Amino acid sequence: MSDPALKPLPGVAPKAVSPWRDLWWRFCEDRVALFAFGVVVLLVMMALFAPLISPQNPYDLSGLSLRDARRPPGFVGSGGYTHILGTDAQGRDLLSAILYGLRVSLQIGITAGAVALVIGTSIGIAAAYARGFVEAILMRIVDLQLSFPPILLALVLVALLGQGQAQLVTALVAAQYAYFARTAFGAASAERSKDYVEAAAATPLSARRIVFRHILPNAMPALIVVATVQIAYAIALEATLSFLGLGLPVTEPSLGMLISNGVKYMMSGRTWISVYPGIMLIILIVAINMVGDHLRDILNPRLDK
Amino acid sequence: MSGFIIQRLLQAIVVMAVMSVIVFAGIYSIGNPLEILIPPEATQDVRERTIARFGLDRPVVEQYFYYIRNLLQGDLGRSYIYNEPVLQLISGRLPATIELVLVSVLGALFIGVPLGMLAGYRPDALSSRIIMAVSILGFSVPTFWVGLILILTFAVELGWLPSGGRGDTAELLGTAWSFLTLNGWSHLALPAINLALFKLAIMIRLARAGTREVMLGDTVKFARAAGLSEWTIMSRHVLKLISIPIVTVFGLELGSTLAFAVVTETIFSWPGVGKLIIDSIKNLDRPVMMAYLMLTAGLFVTINLIVDLVYALLDPRLRKGGAA
Repeated sequence: MSDPALKPLPGVAPKAVSPWRDLWWRFCEDRVALFAFGVVVLLVMMALFAPLISPQNPYDLSGLSLRDARRPPGFVGSGGYTHILGTDAQGRDLLSAILYGLRVSLQIGITAGAVALVIGTSIGIAAAYARGFVEAILMRIVDLQLSFPPILLALVLVALLGQGQAQLVTALVAAQYAYFARTAFGAASAERSKDYVEAAAATPLSARRIVFRHILPNAMPALIVVATVQIAYAIALEATLSFLGLGLPVTEPSLGMLISNGVKYMMSGRTWISVYPGIMLIILIVAINMVGDHLRDILNPRLDK
Repeated sequence: MSGFIIQRLLQAIVVMAVMSVIVFAGIYSIGNPLEILIPPEATQDVRERTIARFGLDRPVVEQYFYYIRNLLQGDLGRSYIYNEPVLQLISGRLPATIELVLVSVLGALFIGVPLGMLAGYRPDALSSRIIMAVSILGFSVPTFWVGLILILTFAVELGWLPSGGRGDTAELLGTAWSFLTLNGWSHLALPAINLALFKLAIMIRLARAGTREVMLGDTVKFARAAGLSEWTIMSRHVLKLISIPIVTVFGLELGSTLAFAVVTETIFSWPGVGKLIIDSIKNLDRPVMMAYLMLTAGLFVTINLIVDLVYALLDPRLRKGGAA
């Protein structure tokens, strides 16, 4: 009973509790984290249903009028409805632009996070399973890359690859996969050296079965924490690159692009064009990070009470 | 020990060589520098001479070896845009970046560690929750956004501080520094705060996590049993126990802050290296991009090498080599 992870939860019978249910219960203990989780779910819903709930299709150029450009919040435009958050420099309804921007940002963040998760985990687990020479080479590369700041890597790659969604996602994945590889390697090599895996490896069980049935499930919790944080980071990174003028093309702006578009009007007092997309971006990133933060705390056995 | 040093040195050299090939190949695959170098109305004769002068008619492999030969002699080429030796261009901008980075990182260290220890000392207190909320904000809110808000608040609305530039500088050791004048500090304040926030969040987290773990350990239990005051326990024992990871991260962060300065320098028009690299990426100024990337890679490889060697000095088990 010295391992605190084996200790039964207070008030919970120590019988068949699946680890995922257990995780969910412990997650719900913290109201703030639960609230943050609710916000994330809400934002994802808003992004999914953006075409249904936004007052205007911001990509439809024929629906835009320059007479409506840069109007403050509350302005009733030529479309006949109120622009709750005002309009941007192209005369787009800002609320619609933000909802669509949220869609683009989330899409890029989740795609980059998921691809990096798959690639990074594969590398980490392959290194931990193979050991020896393969491990030394793979992890040396990963460690080397971890020592470079991701923003610099992404900056250079975007400059080298050119603009576009696929190029941007590639740059983000290249900048982030190493975090997953490190985490997966750590968890997998701890598992790999346990007796039951050694025993399984001595039987005719296929390597694939050992990896997917025994090693991967044990690495999952740590990987989920990294994934939440990295998705938030990918969204922030994309916004930063867009802000520096190295991100996506202007036609389908992400949140970062919307902020960047509004900056030149900021100094003349038309602050809403940048500020509202910025607030949306921050709510999104902070909420995801709070969820990740709490997950990390409940998954850290050393902090178990 | 000497075997270990040689092994790691060789590794660093190999890494630098590989980096140079990758970066060179990458940079040579983008854009056409001729559009920048040669005015559109130039005659065929002028075109050919310019191409020959920059060696652009040679095969890429030959250009690479030519570049490396010059690099080893300390010649990083001339900027296409500024028509100045790149080394001179970068070293002229470097003090501004170093100044900004040092002020931010030291500020983050001296404010972040005490706050983080406080948050780790009483994890459930209201003050600790506020500190952690601030640190999550510092972590989450993108640097460029904080920069914009800082400019909007302190430069546009309140008019207290300037929104860009370096301000007055004074000479020290033959270089101009802003931190020696009051006006320079007023220019330095906003970009330094901007750059420091992320580091502050990291320091708070590290200090908090370390403190929480140390507080549960035997050291604190016995120190309390010995009747030491809480202040003595925190400042003498806990601080010492959590300092090793903090010092490591501090060293690594010093390097990555140089990279992060790119964003801050762009927003605040701080005339450092970061602004130079963004401009050169936009203008396809190959020699400057190449030199910046090689210098940054060199910096990181050096930092890693030092960290490895210091670890080896502290932990004899690593000296046997091999451990990746």
